Amino acid sequence: MMRILLAALLLLAAVCRVQAQDTPMQAVLQDNADLMVKSSRQTIGPVIDAVVASGLPQVQDVLQAWQAKEMWQRKADGLFFHGEKLDAKTYRLTDFDSGLPVGEFAKGDLRQLKPNSGVRALIGVALVKFQLSDPDPTKRRDALVSLERDPNGAALEALRASIAGETDPALLARKQRLERLLTMGYDTDPAARIAAMEEMAGDTGLDVRATLNPILQARLQVFDGEIPEAMNVLSRLEPGSDTLPVTVAYDLLVEQSKAPALISHDDMRNILAENIDGGRVGGIPVAKLDTDPARRQAFATLVEQGLTEAATTEDEIESYLSDYIFAEVYAEPSRAVTDAAAMALESISTRVGIGQAVDLTLDALSLASIYFLAAIGLAITFGVMRVINMAHGEFIMMGAYTGYVVQQWVPNHTASIIVAIPLAFTVTFAAGVAMERLVIRWLYNRPLESLLATFGISIALQQLAKNIFGTQARPLTAPSWLDGAWVLNDVVAISYIRIAIFVLALFFLGVFLFIMRRTRLGLETRAVTQNPGMAASMGINPGRVNMLTFGLGSGIAGVAGVAIGLFAKVTSELGSDYIVQSFMTVVVGGVGNIWGALAGATMIGFMQKGIEWFNPSNTLAAQTFMIVFIIIFIQFRPRGIVALRGRAAGD
Amino acid sequence: MQRSFITRNPSVLIFLALLALFTLGVTVLSEAFGIGLISTSYVKVLGKTLCLALVAVAMDLVWGYCGILSLGHFAFFGLGGYMIGMWLMYERTRDIVVGALAEAPIPPTEQEIVDGIGTQIFGVVGSNEFPLIWSFADSLTLQLALVVVVPGTLALIFGWLAFRSRVNDVYLSILTQAMTLALALYLFQNDSGLRGNNGLSGLQNLPGVEQPQSHVSMWFLWASALALGLGYLLSAWIVAGKFGSVIRGIRDNEARVRFLGYSVETYKLTVFTLTACIAGIAGALYYPQAGIINPAEVAPITSIYLAAWVAIGGRGRLYGAVLGAVFVSLVSSWFTGGKAPDIPLGIYTVQWVDWWLVLLGLSFVAVTLFAPKGLGGLVDLWVERRSPNRHGADLGPDLGSLREKEASQ
Repeated sequence: MMRILLAALLLLAAVCRVQAQDTPMQAVLQDNADLMVKSSRQTIGPVIDAVVASGLPQVQDVLQAWQAKEMWQRKADGLFFHGEKLDAKTYRLTDFDSGLPVGEFAKGDLRQLKPNSGVRALIGVALVKFQLSDPDPTKRRDALVSLERDPNGAALEALRASIAGETDPALLARKQRLERLLTMGYDTDPAARIAAMEEMAGDTGLDVRATLNPILQARLQVFDGEIPEAMNVLSRLEPGSDTLPVTVAYDLLVEQSKAPALISHDDMRNILAENIDGGRVGGIPVAKLDTDPARRQAFATLVEQGLTEAATTEDEIESYLSDYIFAEVYAEPSRAVTDAAAMALESISTRVGIGQAVDLTLDALSLASIYFLAAIGLAITFGVMRVINMAHGEFIMMGAYTGYVVQQWVPNHTASIIVAIPLAFTVTFAAGVAMERLVIRWLYNRPLESLLATFGISIALQQLAKNIFGTQARPLTAPSWLDGAWVLNDVVAISYIRIAIFVLALFFLGVFLFIMRRTRLGLETRAVTQNPGMAASMGINPGRVNMLTFGLGSGIAGVAGVAIGLFAKVTSELGSDYIVQSFMTVVVGGVGNIWGALAGATMIGFMQKGIEWFNPSNTLAAQTFMIVFIIIFIQFRPRGIVALRGRAAGD
Repeated sequence: MQRSFITRNPSVLIFLALLALFTLGVTVLSEAFGIGLISTSYVKVLGKTLCLALVAVAMDLVWGYCGILSLGHFAFFGLGGYMIGMWLMYERTRDIVVGALAEAPIPPTEQEIVDGIGTQIFGVVGSNEFPLIWSFADSLTLQLALVVVVPGTLALIFGWLAFRSRVNDVYLSILTQAMTLALALYLFQNDSGLRGNNGLSGLQNLPGVEQPQSHVSMWFLWASALALGLGYLLSAWIVAGKFGSVIRGIRDNEARVRFLGYSVETYKLTVFTLTACIAGIAGALYYPQAGIINPAEVAPITSIYLAAWVAIGGRGRLYGAVLGAVFVSLVSSWFTGGKAPDIPLGIYTVQWVDWWLVLLGLSFVAVTLFAPKGLGGLVDLWVERRSPNRHGADLGPDLGSLREKEASQ
C-alpha cells in the first residue's frame, strides 16, 4: 500500500516537472510552496523576489491575486490557482500561466492562501512597480496617490523605472516630483539625496517640507564621556539653558537609570507624614515642619535611620548633571545630508515667509475692506455732517436682518442676495431719513447730545431686533459660487467671500466718489458742509441735503450689513461689534474725507493682521494693542492721516 | 462779605440731610438692625445704587462741569472693583486653603499655601501661578491704595496724552470709548492675570468676618453712603470755588479760557484724574456688594449708560447726576425684575422685560430733545428758579447761556 502511494506521488512529481516546461510561473510557485503557505513577514521576502525575478508577464496577476487573498491551492496536487467564488461552496480556478479556467471545485478540496498584513504590504511594494507602469492611467494614478500618501524607499527603483515609459504628461510630472521626494528621503547614495535637496530647495509644497522635516529629527541623548565621532550631532546642550531646562535633563538621567529619582515636594511630605512617631518626625516636632529646611532635615534624619530610601533633593541635581554631556543627535548619520536638508528647509522657509507675507497682505486687505464698508457710512454722517451716529452699528444690523428675511422668502441664494442688497439699502435709507428728520436735525451743533440721543435709538433698535428675531444667531447664507477659496499654493489662499467684499468695497468707493463729484446732490452736500448759511443763500435747502446725505450714509451701512452677515452670524449685537472700530477708522483716517476713511481702514486692517501675525493665537490681544496704538497715533496726527486744510476743513 | 461754603450752596446741606435720612431709614427697615421690612438683597441693590450715584457725580464733574464727555469712566470704576476684588478673592481663598491643609498630618509651608491659593484661583484659566499684578494681593492696605492709584494713573497717562495733543469733543469721546474697549478686550484674555472671562467671584464674602450677609450688606450700605456724601461734598466744594469757575469756563469756551492765561490742559487733567479716582472708589464699594466682577463690566456700553444717567438726571448740577443714576437704575431694576405689570394690547402683550430697553432708549431721545436739563429741571420748578428768557429752545447747561441763534451758528 505504502509503496503504491509513493509511486503515485513520484508519478505526480514527474507530471509536474513535465508541465514546468510550459507553466513557468507555477514552477516558481511550487519551488516556494511551503514558504508561501506558511508565510510570515520575515521569510516571504525571497519568495516575492523569486516571483518578480522570473520576469514573466503573469507576475502582476499572481501578486495581485495573492495580495487580495484570491490565490488558492488545490489540495490534491498542491498547485496554485486564481480562485473565483461562484457560490458559498464552489470556486472556479484559473491557471496563472495560461489564463484559462481549469474547472470548478468544491471549497473543501481547496486551501486559501491567507497572507497577513505584513506580507500583503511587502507584496504591495513589489506590485507598485507593475501598477506604476500599468497601461491603465487610472491604475497608475491610484498607485501614485497611495505612494504619495505613504512614501517608502522600497518603491524608489520601481518609480524611476516607470518614469521613462510614462506617456501622460500630468502623471509624468507627478512621478518626477515624487521621485525627487523619495530620493531626498530614502536614496542610499547621500550625494544623490543632497543633489535632490538642492534641486527642491525653494519649493513651498507641504510634501517637500514633510519629507525634509523627518530627516532633521534630532533626539536628546546623554553621553557618559565625549560624544563619539561617528554621531551626527545637532548641538550640545547645557542643562539649565533655555533649550534644556534642568528638570528635563534630570528626567532623562532618571529615565536611563543614571540617577535616582527626584523626590517631589508632595512625596517628601507624604513620606514624612507616614513616619510620624509620637508627634515627631526624625526628632523634629510635627508643628515645626512648616518650612522646607525643617522638612529636609527631618527627611535626612529618616534616611539616616534607614526608614526611607535616599532621594535626590534639588541641591544635588547639579552634581549629577555635571557628570554627563547632553546633546541633540540626528537619527540621520550623514552630516552632509542633514546640512543639505537644513539648507533646503531654510531656503524653503524664506519662500514660505514671503508666501505668508502675501497671504497676510490679502487677509489684511479683506479686513480693511470690511472696516471700510462698515465705516464708509460713518465717514458720511460723522465726517461730512459732524454727527456722531451711535446707531450706525444698528443700521448695519438692520441690513443683515433684511438679508436674512429676504432669504426666508427667496430660497435661491444668488437671487436672494441680489434682492437683499438694494432692499437693505432702501430699508436703512428710510430709517436714516426718518431718524434725521425726527431727531438729528434738532441736534446739529450739539454733537455730544446727538451722541446720546442716537445711543438711545441704538439700544432701542437692538432690543427691538431681539424682540423680533430672538437672541440666537440667524444664518445669512452665501451663494454656493462664493464658497471655497482661491488657492494659489499651499501657503497663499483667500476665500471668494472676502474677494467679493473687497470688490463691493471698491464699488461703493466708486459710488461715493461719483455721487460727491458728479451729481447735484454731491455738489450741494459739499456746499452745505463748508458753509450752510452761504449754501442756503444760494438756494440750496440745507434740511433736504442733510436728510439725503444722512440717508445715503445709513443706506451704505445697510449694504455693509448684508456683506458682513455673509461671513458673520447675524445677531442683534452684530452692529455694536463693529461700531467702535468704525469710529476709529474714521478718526484715524481723518474726518470729512472718503480717502481718509480708506486710509484709516487700510491702516487698521493691516495693523490688526500684523499684530495677529506676531501672536496668532490671540486676536483679543491684537485688538487691545491696536487700540493702544491708535490712541498713541492720535497724539501725532490728531486730525487723522488725511487732514483737511484750509476752507474745506470747515473750522 | 465772604459767606460760608454751605450758605452759598444750600443744596449740599439738603442733599447730605436726605442721604443721612435715607441711610437711617434703610437701617431701621433692614433685617439686620431693624424691623426687617427690606430684604438683604434689596439692601444690596440700594447700596449698589449709592455707588452708581457716586460714579455719576464723578461723571457730572467731568462732563457737566468740565465739558469732557468721557465714555470710559466705567473702566476706572471696574478697575477699582478689580483691585479690591483681588484682595477679597486672595484672602478668602487663603482661608479655604488653610482650612483644607490644616487637615493634613504635616503643617503646610508658606509656599504650599500660596501654591494652593494659586491653583484655586487660576485653575479655571488653566494656570496655577500668580501673575505679577497679584504681587500685593495679600495686603489690604496696598490693594486699597491701588483702588485709587491704578485708575488714577491710567487716567493721568491717558488724559495727558489726549489733552496735550488737543483731542477735543467727540474725538475725545471716541478715544475714551476706545480706551475702555481696549481694557475690556485685554481683561477678556485668559492670560491677562485676572481670570479672563470668568472675572473675580465670591467677593460678597468678607474674609475673617463671621457675621451673616444681612450685616455685611448694611456695612457696605453705610460705607457707600459715607463715600457718596464725602464725594458729593468734595465735588461741590471743587465746583463752588475758583477752580470750578475755570472748568466751567473751559466747558463753555475752551479757547477763551486758554487766551486768558489758564493752563487748560492742567485743569482738564486734574478733573479727569480726580474723577477717575472717585470712580475707582465707587467701584471698590460696588463690586463686593455685587459679588462678582468680569470684563463685561468695563465694556463701552456701560460707560455710555453712565453718560445717559447723568443726562437724564440733569448734567451741570451734582444732585442731578445722583437723581439720574438712582432713578434710572432703580426703575430699570423694577422693570427688568419682572415686577412691572404687563400691558395686554389684544393681539400682543407688552412684557416689560423685553420692552424696557426700548422705552429707556426712547426716553434718552426724549430727554435730549425736550428736556436738556433732565430731572434736575424739576427741582428748578420747585424752587422757582427761572432761567433767563433767551427767546428760543432751552439748550441745557453748556449752550444754555447763548441764544438759540448764537448756538447754532
